[in-house]
Amino acid sequence: MAKTILTVDDSASMRQMIKLTLSGAGYNVIEAGDGTQGLSTARGNAVDMVLTDLNMPGMDGVQLIRELRKLSTYTGVPIVLLTTESDAERKQQAKAAGATGWITKPFQPEQLLSVTRKVLGQ
Amino acid sequence: MSVQDRKLAGQTDSGALEVLTLGLDGHIFALEAAHVREILDLVPVTEVPTANPFVAGLINVRGKVVPLADLRTKFGMERRPTTIDTRIIVIEIPLDGDQTTIGLLADKVYEVTEIKAAAIEETPRIGMTWRQEFIRCIGKRGDDFIVVLDIATVFSSVLRHKSEERAA
Amino acid sequence: MNVADPKEIFQQEAQDLLVQLENALLDLEHTPHDSALVDTAFRALHTIKGSGSMFGFEAVAAFTHHVETAFDKVRQGTVQLNRELIMIGLRARDHMRQLIEDPDAADIADGEAILAALSRVVAVDQPQVTVVSPPLAPVVSTVTWRVRMRFPRDVMATGTNPLLLLDELRDLGEAHVTALTDDIPLLEELDPTACHIGWEIVLSTSQPATAIEDVFLFVRDDMSLDIERVDDSASVGGLSDILASLGEVGAEAVLTALADKAEQEPVGEFPADAIPAQPEMNMPAQPEKAAIVPAKASAPATADAPHQKREGSAKASANSSVRVPAERLNELMDRVGELVIAQSRLRQIAANSNDQQVKSVAEEVERLVLELRDTTMGIRMVPIGSLFGRFRRVVHDLSQDLGKQVELTMEGEETELDKTVIEQLNDPLVHLIRNAIDHGLEDPTGRAAAGKSQMGRIDLSARHAGTEVLISIKDDGRGLSRERIRARAEERGLLAPGAVVSDSELFQILFQPGFSTAAQVTSLSGRGVGMDVVKRTIEGLRGTIDLSSVAGQGSEVTLRLPLTLAIIDGLLVRVGHGSYVLPLGAVEECVELSEEEDARSRGRSFLNIRGELVPFLRLRELFGAKTPPDRFQKIVVVSSGDLKVGLVVDQVIGDHQTVIKSLSKLHADIEMFSGATILGNGGVALILDIAHLVAFGQAKEEQLRIAQ
Repeated sequence: MAKTILTVDDSASMRQMIKLTLSGAGYNVIEAGDGTQGLSTARGNAVDMVLTDLNMPGMDGVQLIRELRKLSTYTGVPIVLLTTESDAERKQQAKAAGATGWITKPFQPEQLLSVTRKVLGQ
Repeated sequence: MSVQDRKLAGQTDSGALEVLTLGLDGHIFALEAAHVREILDLVPVTEVPTANPFVAGLINVRGKVVPLADLRTKFGMERRPTTIDTRIIVIEIPLDGDQTTIGLLADKVYEVTEIKAAAIEETPRIGMTWRQEFIRCIGKRGDDFIVVLDIATVFSSVLRHKSEERAA
Repeated sequence: MNVADPKEIFQQEAQDLLVQLENALLDLEHTPHDSALVDTAFRALHTIKGSGSMFGFEAVAAFTHHVETAFDKVRQGTVQLNRELIMIGLRARDHMRQLIEDPDAADIADGEAILAALSRVVAVDQPQVTVVSPPLAPVVSTVTWRVRMRFPRDVMATGTNPLLLLDELRDLGEAHVTALTDDIPLLEELDPTACHIGWEIVLSTSQPATAIEDVFLFVRDDMSLDIERVDDSASVGGLSDILASLGEVGAEAVLTALADKAEQEPVGEFPADAIPAQPEMNMPAQPEKAAIVPAKASAPATADAPHQKREGSAKASANSSVRVPAERLNELMDRVGELVIAQSRLRQIAANSNDQQVKSVAEEVERLVLELRDTTMGIRMVPIGSLFGRFRRVVHDLSQDLGKQVELTMEGEETELDKTVIEQLNDPLVHLIRNAIDHGLEDPTGRAAAGKSQMGRIDLSARHAGTEVLISIKDDGRGLSRERIRARAEERGLLAPGAVVSDSELFQILFQPGFSTAAQVTSLSGRGVGMDVVKRTIEGLRGTIDLSSVAGQGSEVTLRLPLTLAIIDGLLVRVGHGSYVLPLGAVEECVELSEEEDARSRGRSFLNIRGELVPFLRLRELFGAKTPPDRFQKIVVVSSGDLKVGLVVDQVIGDHQTVIKSLSKLHADIEMFSGATILGNGGVALILDIAHLVAFGQAKEEQLRIAQ
């Protein structure tokens, strides 16, 4: 069965790009527009991987990761961050909160796919 | 507008013009086929009070409200009751920047035909009872003269007339 | 599949972000210390930069980078936000919009000037030159590496699966994997979710050592990793030695290890903690790592940075919404319109049928269609606040240009209106606001002389009133000068000299083409174009404009607009043999016109309706109906604003769901009709323009009264 990836980003264009790339590679992609929404979507769905932005209004990426890691169903689920170079410090916070990995923006679709395969397996 | 429509507008490669011929008060007129969308049998017409008598009605064309024009009024011909041959020609023309769908009353609709390049003549200045600017050209079909109307100009003249009225 | 172009989505989204940025900047002008606002501005810049570079808007990304850096410094507190920076921010925002909308038309010099100004205020980094490191010399020969690794115990809890990493190593070349089991605790102490096992891999690969390290990219900082090149010269013997030494450690060995872990010491001679993080080998420097390590070191110090607290205060806007192309919405509305028309046909058929089943289905369908109609129209409704928000910038810029201090207040931003209407309201409202500031408000000296506070006021408000929305633009300026309007109107031949006109009639002259009273033509208004365009636009939306003014105290322009342009509840009436629709929202009541009253009313201008005198219009006369009148004429009393008028018709047919179709340009000038609709029988009915008919009826009454 296709693996489900939750993408959390307040930028619709980013979500669209992620969705196009990942669904093109056979993944099932669900979306959320911010951390709060991401958390409730994550609760309501069986998700194999979470892809989250850091800077979002309301609940941001770091908080989302903390909340997700508190859920027993999300221990061990890969959570990948989308960051920029200037986010180094926040990236560390996110890692401390339990992020699995990260992708630095801007990225090419192939990079997204390779990271996805890396954390989910082929 | 589709590519095909654009190709139809105006003359074909061989220089021929595709037209729809119609009868009005015993004369044969023609419209460029590119403007013509469909031909309908007569439908109930809603009168628009106080409108210009040339476009005094509205009809329902597939769920769209479309103005109905009577060229007889425009060309100073007598108004006649409709007959079994009366048709409505639905055309689409640019009007003041908008593509506008209009119904035209015709006594009779003949055919879609090509007028050859050689047969298309510049509007002769003599023997014409209607305004020169409404005529695109004169075509010849056998021995008959066919007046090809510049239908877009006919309608934009109505608008121009209105705006002049408003300014006055 | 119909997937929207991400580029277009980015452009739309960037527009929203630019609006957020602009609003934040304008708000910061008043409250420069609001960190939540700084955050909003920063986040907008951040996303535009990040997404921009991904969707091919490099110019935007590059430009925005500098602005983002500046606002990041504000966020960090290293740069003070001041007026100048806000102004530059606004200019930068305009430039960004240019770059996003039409990169080719954007003025590069303009962008450079903005960045230069920015670097004067904030010491922004010089444009970063990305140095692309030259590709490493290709390693063609296969080299053998010994890789030893141990993960942090909680590695699996944070989503990393070590087995996948081993798979990745296997993908690089021939790998021999041995588990290091010395760290596995006794069974009773074993935490099944923790990773107790380390691995040693002997890997022969043609890939460079960086490729090996890249496998561990995400866990590199937290794990111990030792990559060692196995000497080439000793490669054959060396490898076999290593394999021999590792060979004993198989599945069996793991079991043995669990039983007696002490015996495994020789293999597990690398206590995890003691292994240096830096590989001991000769590897090219890795910028990625260099960037991360110091950042990590500083992390504890900044963990309690102020933005931690701010996150809580930021408003959670979890409103989930879907973006739909407008044309699809229009299509949906068209379909609903057709359905409503089809339903009214069904209703007619059902009414003439004796079949109870048909009747009940028809009723069911009618209810569903009405609900569907309301839902669909609801989709098109948007709060007018999105439009109002744009005017803050207009007011800001104008008050700067004209040297007037202006305070803009807004009310009723949540009032909803059809999206199509809102879109078309932008230009007229901008024009009215400009007029109010330019002509309405006095300059500071003038205001002081009039005993007013220096700060001029513009009040923008919106509210629902029945089936209409009222939008008003009010200023507390000098008010309209009746004398000047009259003088100009007479000069232009728009008014007969000495003619007696009411205020509202006089003010309506302002909306005539070519009228302008501005003594000075400024660059903003007073060119005599505009007010007539405003009027035409509003009337095109089936709305009306009222203007009121008190000398010395200000003016108020009120726009009355229909809630929607699509479907209304109508009352179907017959005049002669024509059917007409009246918007039900405007209908006050229907009464019968008795023969005596009919006879008595001839030659008079109003009817007595239960003691109230109401001016009336005989639609039969107005429309030139040729059929004989029905014996019992009906009066439909309609209202517009505070005014009423009675419309005399032949027959009141009943309610009608009216799908509004606009009239073509050939009929657009007939003011009595605001549109047309299609009836259940397929015929066309005209929709009466109530505002116009009421005004017409009132004016007629006034004329008759003057004549008497």
